[in-house]
Amino acid sequence: MNESNRIDRREAIKWIVAATATVSLLNFRSFGAPVPAAKGYGTDPDLLKDYEPGDLWPLTLTREQHRAVAALCDVIIPADERSPGASSLGVPDFIDEWISAPYPGQQADREEVLNGLAWLDRISAKRFGRFFADLDDRQKHSICDDICFVPKAKTGFKNAARFFAKFRNLTAGGFYTTPQGWKDIQYLGNVVLAKFDGPPPEVLKYLHLA
Amino acid sequence: MPFVVSSKTKPAYDVVIVGSGAAGGQSAYVLTAAGASVLMLEAGRNYDPVSETPMFNPPLQAPLRGAGTPDKPFGFYDATVNGGWTVPQEPYGVRNSRRGNGWYEATDSDIWSTGQNFIWWRPRMLGGRTNHWARFSFRMGPYDFKPRSRDGLGLDWPMTYEDLAPYYDKAEALIGVYGTNEGLENTPASSPGILLPPPKPRANELLAKKFCAKLGIPVIPSHVAVLSRQQDAGKIPAMLHPDNPAAARALADNMRTRLGCFWATSCGRGCSIKANYQSTTVHLPPALASGNLDIITDAMVREVTVDQNGKATGVLYIDKTTGKECHASARVVVLAASGCESARILFNSRSAQFPDGLANRSGKVGRYLMDTVGAGLGGQIPMLENCPPYNEDGASVMHMYMPWWLYREQQAGKLDFPRGYHIEFGGGRRMPEMGTFDDLENFTGGSYGKKFKEDVRRYYGSFMGFAGRGEMIPNEDSYCEIDPDRKDAWGIPVLRFHFQWSEHEIRQAAHMQKTFAQIIEAMGGKVLSPPARDPRQAIAPGGGIIHEVGTTCMGADPNISVLNQYCQAWDVKNLFVTDGGPFVSNADKNPTLTIMANAWRACDYLAGEMKRGNL
Repeated sequence: MNESNRIDRREAIKWIVAATATVSLLNFRSFGAPVPAAKGYGTDPDLLKDYEPGDLWPLTLTREQHRAVAALCDVIIPADERSPGASSLGVPDFIDEWISAPYPGQQADREEVLNGLAWLDRISAKRFGRFFADLDDRQKHSICDDICFVPKAKTGFKNAARFFAKFRNLTAGGFYTTPQGWKDIQYLGNVVLAKFDGPPPEVLKYLHLA
Repeated sequence: MPFVVSSKTKPAYDVVIVGSGAAGGQSAYVLTAAGASVLMLEAGRNYDPVSETPMFNPPLQAPLRGAGTPDKPFGFYDATVNGGWTVPQEPYGVRNSRRGNGWYEATDSDIWSTGQNFIWWRPRMLGGRTNHWARFSFRMGPYDFKPRSRDGLGLDWPMTYEDLAPYYDKAEALIGVYGTNEGLENTPASSPGILLPPPKPRANELLAKKFCAKLGIPVIPSHVAVLSRQQDAGKIPAMLHPDNPAAARALADNMRTRLGCFWATSCGRGCSIKANYQSTTVHLPPALASGNLDIITDAMVREVTVDQNGKATGVLYIDKTTGKECHASARVVVLAASGCESARILFNSRSAQFPDGLANRSGKVGRYLMDTVGAGLGGQIPMLENCPPYNEDGASVMHMYMPWWLYREQQAGKLDFPRGYHIEFGGGRRMPEMGTFDDLENFTGGSYGKKFKEDVRRYYGSFMGFAGRGEMIPNEDSYCEIDPDRKDAWGIPVLRFHFQWSEHEIRQAAHMQKTFAQIIEAMGGKVLSPPARDPRQAIAPGGGIIHEVGTTCMGADPNISVLNQYCQAWDVKNLFVTDGGPFVSNADKNPTLTIMANAWRACDYLAGEMKRGNL
C-alpha cells in the first residue's frame, strides 16, 4: 500500500496544499513515477484467454489515484440517456492496466498520467481545498475547462492539457471497446452474416449515392 | 506421420524445402502432387489456425484492449507468433540515424518512429507470413516483367507475363481470389471463371469512387485471397490436376472444408473457417494428404550441404527443441525461407568450392534488395458524419482499390518519377479499437462530457485513410550481407542491411501524398495532417511494407544473376529458390500472388527435370 493511502484524507489535503506552496503549479513533472519491472506477455501469448487488468502485470494506482481516475473518466464520458458513464464499465481499471504495462509507449503514458493526476489534486486543493474526486461537477468542469484543449490552454496549463488529451484518448479507447460503447455509437459488426449486402438504401440516400 | 521430429525423418527425400509460407507451401503442394517425397523444415513452431484463431474475440478480452506492443506490433490478436520487427534470439544489423555511424543491432518496433535504415518483419510459425498478411492478390502485368526495356531502369525478368499467366490462373483458382476483370492497362485479366465475385462496396468506397471519377482515378474491385463464396470443389481440382486424380481428390477434400467468408472478424487474425488463404489451411493439408510430405517445425536451417562435385546433398539444421545439429538428405534443395533469409542460408553455405557463398559466382547473392514504396495520408469527410449505421465489416480488408492510372502521362514525360503505385484505402464504421477516437479534439475543440459522447457519435465512421504502394527500382546501394559481428542463438551468422531509397521512390512518395490530399479535398474533406514538406519523411523505411524481395535474382545471364527463369541456381543445378528472392523488380502489385505463381512454375519444371533424370 502506498504511503499516501495510509494517511488520513484531511491530513493528505493539508500535505498537498503545503506541497503546492513549495512546488510551483507550473512545474508539471514534480512527482517521479517508478517504472514497473514486470515483463510483457511475450511473443506467443494465449490469444483465446479472457484477460483482466492485473492478470499479466501488477497494477499501479493507489485507492486515491483510482478515485481521481474514476472521477475524471466520468467527467469525460458521463452517463447519459444512451449509455452509462465510463467508470461503471471498468475503464479506470483498464487505465491502470495500461499505465502499468512494461512497454515503452505505455511507460511514457504512465509518467504523463501519474503526473497529471497529481497535478489535478494539487490544483483542486489549491482552488477548492479538496481532492479532485470530491469536487462537485461545476468545480471539476472549472478545472477541465482550463485544460480540455491544448491549443487554447493558457501558459502554465499546457502540460496539464496534454495530460487531459492523453487521458481522454485512453478513456475513449477503454469505453468504446465495451459492448455498451459499441451500442452507443451503433457499431453493428462482429456478427456472422450469410451475405454482405453493402450499404442499405437509407445510407445511399444520405450520401447522395442512390 | 506427417509432422515428424528430427530423429524420425527418412534417410533421404527427393526434395527438402526450407520454409512453409506462400513459397514453401506452394512448392510442397506442387512437388508432393507430382509424387516427390518432400521434407519441409520450418524455423518456427507448429500452428493451427482452426484451433488458435481468436475469431470474434472483442478487444475487451485482450490485454491493453488489443493495442499493438513490441511483443505484438500489429495488435494482440494479430496471427503472428514469435515474430515482429525483432525476433527473440535472432538479431540483425542495421544503420541507425539516431545512434550515429556504425552498425547496430535492430531494436526498433515501430516503422514510423524508427531510426533504422531497414526494418525486417519475420514470423516464426508454420505458414509464415501467410497467416497475417493483407491477402491483396494483384497480378504483375506485361510491363512489369520488362521494366528496363520500357524505361531503361532496373532489370528485366527472364520471362514474360505470358509465361506466368497460366500459373496466375492456377494459383488464383487454388487459393480463391475475389475480384473482377476491368480491362485496364497493365492490370491483367484472369481467365474466365477463375475469380470469385467481389463483395459489394462499402459506403465510403462508393463515395471515394464517385469523387475519384472527377479526378480521373479508377476505383475498381480489389483482388483479395478471401472466399466470397465456397469454391467449386467439383470443378476446380479436376481443372488444376487433369491427369492426377489423387491430387485432385486431396484438393477437393480440403476445398470442401473451407467455408465462404461470413463477413466478420479481421483476416489478420487468421481464419478458423479457412475462408481466407493461409498456407496452413490451403497448401499444406492437401500436400500432407498425399502421404508424401513430412514437416519438421522448430528446425532452423544453417546451410545447404554440397558434395565434391558441387551438387547439393541436403541441409544442416538446428533442432531448436534439442539444440542438436541435424542433417536432412535430399536429391534437391528448395529454399523458400523468404527474400533475405534464403540469401542468408546461401551466404552461410560457403566452402572452399564456394568461397563467397553457395550459388554466388555472380556476386549477386544479397543484391538488389527491394521493398515497396509506402506513404499514406488520412482525412476526415464531413459527408460521412452522422451517417445511418449499418454493419460494414465486410471482408475486413478493402473491397475496392485504385490501380495505377497514369501510364500515359508517365510515358509522355509528365511525371517526375518512373513506375507506378496503387492506392489502398479504407475507413468507415470499423470495430472500435484503441486509437479509433484519438485526437478527436482537433475537430471538437476539446469537448468532454455529454458533448464528447455526441461528438463521437457524429464523427465515428467519417475518417478515411489512403495508402500508396509503389514500385521500387533495384539499386546498387540496397543489399544484405553477413554481419561479421552478430550470430543468432544457435551460433548462425545473421544478416545486416544496406538500404537506400533513390530519388525515384522519394518523388513517387511525394506524388502519393499530393494525390491523397486531392482525393480527400475532392470529397469535401480535410487532411488530418498535410503532406510532408520533405517527402523523405513521408516514405516508410525500407522493409516497412514487408514486401522485401530480390537478393537471389533470376536472369538470363549467369554472370549477373543467381538463378535462371525456373528459380534454379546457375551454379548448383539441384538447388532452387522459390520465394521473393528471385524477383528482379518489385512492381506495385503486392508480391505474394506472384511468389505462388512463380513457385508453381519453378516446381513444375523441377518435377519434370527429376522425371527426365536431370536432377
